[in-house]
Amino acid sequence: MTTNTQYGFYFDSSKCTGCKTCHVACKDRLVGLERPNDDLIVNGAADMTGVIWRRVYEYGGGSWSENSDGSYDQNIFAYYMSLGCNHCSDPVCVKACPTGAMHKRREDGLVHVAQDLCIGCESCAQACPYDAPQLDKRRKIMTKCDGCFDRLAQGKKPVCVESCPLRALDFDTMDNLRAKYGDGDGHIAPLPSQGITSPNLIIKANKNGQSVSGGAGDILNLPEV
Amino acid sequence: MERRSFLKASAALGCAATVVGCKTDSDDVNVVPPQPPVAEEQINWSSCTCNCAASCALKVISQDGVVTRVESDNLGNDKGLELQSRACLRGRSSRQKIYANDRLKVPMKRVGKRGEGKFVAISWDEAYSTIASELRRVIDTYGNDAVYWQHASGTNQFRAGGRESSKRLLNLLGGFLDMYGSYSAAQIAQSATYTFGEFNSSAYKQMSNSDLILSFGFNPSETRMSGSGGGLDYSIACQQVESIVVDPRYSDSALGKEHQWLAIRPGTDAALCEAIAYQLITKDQHDKAFLAKYCVGFDDTTLPASAPANADYKSYILGNSEDGVAKTPAWAAEITGIPELNIIELADKLAVANAPYITQGWGPQRQANGEQTARAIYMLPLLLGKLGIAGTNTGNWAGGHSHSLGAMSIGTNPIKAKISCFMWTEAVINGKNMTAVEHGVQGTEQLENDIKFIWNYAGNTLINQHSDTFGTGKILEDESLCEFILVHDVQMTPSAMYADILLPDVMDLEQHDIVANPGTDMETIIAMTSSVKPPFDVKSCFEVCLELAKRMGVEDGFAEGRDYQQWVEFVYESSRKRNPALPTYQEVIEKGLVKVARSGEGIAMDKFIASPDENKLNTPSGKIEIYSERLANMSATWVLPEGDIISAIPKYCDTWEGARDTVTKETYPLQMIGHHTKGRTHSSFHNIPWLREAAEDAVWMNSIDAASRGLVSGDAVIVWNERGSIQSVAKVTPRIMPGVTSLPQGAWFNPVNGVDVGGNINSITSLRPSPLAKGNPQHTNLVQIKKA
Repeated sequence: MTTNTQYGFYFDSSKCTGCKTCHVACKDRLVGLERPNDDLIVNGAADMTGVIWRRVYEYGGGSWSENSDGSYDQNIFAYYMSLGCNHCSDPVCVKACPTGAMHKRREDGLVHVAQDLCIGCESCAQACPYDAPQLDKRRKIMTKCDGCFDRLAQGKKPVCVESCPLRALDFDTMDNLRAKYGDGDGHIAPLPSQGITSPNLIIKANKNGQSVSGGAGDILNLPEV
Repeated sequence: MERRSFLKASAALGCAATVVGCKTDSDDVNVVPPQPPVAEEQINWSSCTCNCAASCALKVISQDGVVTRVESDNLGNDKGLELQSRACLRGRSSRQKIYANDRLKVPMKRVGKRGEGKFVAISWDEAYSTIASELRRVIDTYGNDAVYWQHASGTNQFRAGGRESSKRLLNLLGGFLDMYGSYSAAQIAQSATYTFGEFNSSAYKQMSNSDLILSFGFNPSETRMSGSGGGLDYSIACQQVESIVVDPRYSDSALGKEHQWLAIRPGTDAALCEAIAYQLITKDQHDKAFLAKYCVGFDDTTLPASAPANADYKSYILGNSEDGVAKTPAWAAEITGIPELNIIELADKLAVANAPYITQGWGPQRQANGEQTARAIYMLPLLLGKLGIAGTNTGNWAGGHSHSLGAMSIGTNPIKAKISCFMWTEAVINGKNMTAVEHGVQGTEQLENDIKFIWNYAGNTLINQHSDTFGTGKILEDESLCEFILVHDVQMTPSAMYADILLPDVMDLEQHDIVANPGTDMETIIAMTSSVKPPFDVKSCFEVCLELAKRMGVEDGFAEGRDYQQWVEFVYESSRKRNPALPTYQEVIEKGLVKVARSGEGIAMDKFIASPDENKLNTPSGKIEIYSERLANMSATWVLPEGDIISAIPKYCDTWEGARDTVTKETYPLQMIGHHTKGRTHSSFHNIPWLREAAEDAVWMNSIDAASRGLVSGDAVIVWNERGSIQSVAKVTPRIMPGVTSLPQGAWFNPVNGVDVGGNINSITSLRPSPLAKGNPQHTNLVQIKKA
C-alpha cells in the first residue's frame, strides 16, 4: 500500500527528561474527544485509567559493587523513550484487525480506528509491538494516537509536540523530518526492531542508548506505561 | 513484577498477523474517530500559580463556562524572546483539578472531633460570623501574637490574592505572629546570609559560559520544569559543558547529560567538599591571593582577633585544629560512599577549570546538618578563586529567573516577634517558653503566647508538609492548645481535615488577575481573564478578607476604596513604574500574553570581586566570611541539644539519623530522602488521577537492599521508624545508592489504623529542627522496610 503523504514523529532521547508532559497533554485532548458527553462538573474529566495514548518508558540498568571502605563503584545509566503511535508503513495492527476498523489513511498515512466498525477484540493491541492501540474498557472500543489530525488541518503540530518543555519531539511529513534530522541514530532499546512494522519514527539516541537487540537495561516504570 | 527490556513481552510475535481484515487502508474521509466539538469555544489565558515558582501560561478552552481542554503557550517562533512559557504535566492536568471530586464547594464547619474530617455545610454569613468572633476572642483574650499565619504556597502569585490580603487584614487588626525562613530553603538562606550577607547566585545561562558544571543534589528537571527555562537551560548547557552530578539518586537531571554521576550518602556532601579542599590546599592549588583579599578566616592571617588559635578553615582541613583529623579523600570516601580515586579526580578537574559553575539544589541543605553542607559547598569557588567572573557561581542554586510584578502591600505588623516557619508546632504547645537562644525566636527574647488561632490559606503545611504527621496530628487534635483553625483551600486536603471552619477557594483557572512567568531572557506577562464559571459557591481570599474587614471595622484601611480588579490594576501599574518596559494594564488584558525582555545573564558577586572596597558585602566584615564571628558567638551562647553544632567555620557534622548514626542504624538501617516528583508541586495536584498514573508514588530502593528483604518492584511495603509507619509500593531500581531509599514527597497523609496508607514521607520525618536555621530536616531519616 502506498500513501500520498506519510506523517511521522521525531524524538530526541538526549533531550527528554521523562517529564510526562506529552503523556498528560495527550490525555487531556483525547479524554475530551473520547468522552465528549461527560458532565464535567458532576463527574470531572474522566480518569480513563490505564489508557495511555502517549507512553514514556524509563529504561535503565547497570550494577553496583561495594569497595572495602564502604564506597561504591557503579556504571548506572537511564534514559526515557516517549512513544505514541508510529503510524507505521507496515502496520501490523491493521493486518490483525478482523473488521477493517483499524486502517491506514491514504491522504496522510495516519493509522486510525473506525470506532463504528471496532468490536473491541484487541487483536490490534496484541499485534502492535509499541502498545499504541489502547482499549477503552468502558466502551470496549479501541482508541489510539490519531496524529492530532484535527490540529494538522489547522496547521498545528500534535499536542504532544507543542507541549514538550524540552522541545524533544517533532512531527511532520517523513520527507520533511528526514530533511531536517536525517535518518537519526537508528532505534534504541526498549524499542523493538524496526523490521516488524516499518515505523515512521526518527530517533536521536541518548548517550546511554542501548541496542535494540541486546540492551543492558530494563524498563523501570511498568506501572506508568 | 517481572522486569522487561522490551516494550511488550509479545513484541517478537507482533509481526505474525492474525485474521486479515476486510479493509486495510482507506481514503474514505467518513471513517474517522469522533470529530472535535464544533460548538463555540472560548479561549482565555490563565496560569498555573502553585509553588514551583514558574506560573506558566495556560490556554484555557471552555464552552458555556466549562473547561473542555487546557493547552499552553504556543505563540511566536519559540526562540529567544519568543521562547514559549510551556506548562509541564501539572498545569496540563488542570481540567481534572478544577472538577476534582474532592473540590470544596461550600463553606463548612467541623462537627466531629478535630481532624476526623466530619463537616456540615453552613452559609457564608455563619462562616464569617464565626471567624470574626473567634479572631476577636483570641486577640482580646491572648493578644495578637497568639494569631499565626501558616506557611503556605498553594497559590504563589497573585497581585492582591491570598497571602497578601489575609496578612493585610491581620495587620490592620493589630498584627500576628510572623515567621521567617521557608520549608524549601531554611538552612541555606541562613548559610548564605552568614557567608555572603545575602542569597546570591549566577543565572542558569552562565552555565554555558562555564567549562565544568559541578552540582550537588541539583535536580531542575524535576523541580523547575517550565518550558521557559530552568531545567531547560541546564539541559542545553550540559550539551556543551562537562557536568558532574553529586546526588544519592540518578535523577531525571542526569540521564546521560552528565559526564559523571557521583552517588553520595545523604547529608555527607560537606565531607566531599572538605576532601576536595584538602587536595587543593595540600597540592597548593588554592587561590591564596583571592582568599586573602576577599575572605575572612581561610587561614590565621585573616582570622578575626576574637578567634582562638587554629580556628581557621585551613587548620581544620589539614587536621591541625581541635579534632585533629585530616580531611583526606580516604576519610571522605568512607563517609560519602564516593571512591577515594573519584574524589581525587574531581579535585584535579576543579583545579584546572577556568570557570567552574558550582551549584546546589535544596535537598542537601534540607537536613539536620544542612547549614554546614551549604557552607561547605560555598568553599569550593572560594578555594579556587573562581567567583564574580563569567561562568562561575557561589555554590547557590542557579538564579536568573525572576519577574517584575509586585503584590498588594500587607502593611506593617505591629508584632515584632517571629518564629522559624518550622517551629509552629512548638509554638502551639510551648510558645511561652520559646526563646531566641534556644528556639531561634527573632524580634524578641521570648514569646509571650502560645499559638491559639491558625489562618491556613492555600497550604498543606498544617499537617502534610510539616514533619512527623502523626505527632503533629495529635497536637492539632487537642482543642485546648490551638483553639481555632481556619482553612481556606480548593480541595479537601489533609490540612483541611483539621479545620474548624473550612472555606472553598476559587481555582486559578477561575481567577481574574495578572501574573508573570519568569523565563530565561524574558518574562511572560499573563492576563488571567477567565470565562470559566465557578460551578460552586466559592470565594477568593480577597473577598473573604474584605467581608471580614467590614465586619471587624477595618474596611476602609483594607480596601482603600478599591475592589479586587482595581487592586490588580493598581498593583500592576505600580510595578510598571518600577519597570517601564512592562506593557500597560490595558495592553496586557487585550493581548493575553506579552513577552518582556529582561536580562538572564547575571553573574553573582561580580561587583564585589571587581571592587571589594566600594561594594562591601552585608556581613560584619564586609567580606565573605568563611569564619563568622557571629556564628562563633552563637555557638557559645545558644542552647542546643546534645549533638547539634553551630560552628564559626563550615564543618562536616555527623548527625542524629545521619549516614554514620550506627546506633540507630541497628534498628533502622536505611537512609530515606523524599525527592520532588514531577507528578506534584509539593502536595498540590496529589488528587489528580492523570498525574498519579503518570508518576508512580513508590519507594525507590536499590536492588541490593530489595533483595536482602525479598522485595521486587510492585510489592506493597511498610516503611517505618519510631515516628510512624507508611504503606507504599517498592520501586526496585539501580538509580539510587545502596543503603539509601527515597519516597517522593507530597503524597497526602491518610492514616488508617495507625499506618499512613497515603504514603506521605512526613509520617517518618522528625520535628527536631536544624541547629542554626531551626529549619526542617526532612531528608534526615533512618527507616526500616519490609513487605506489607
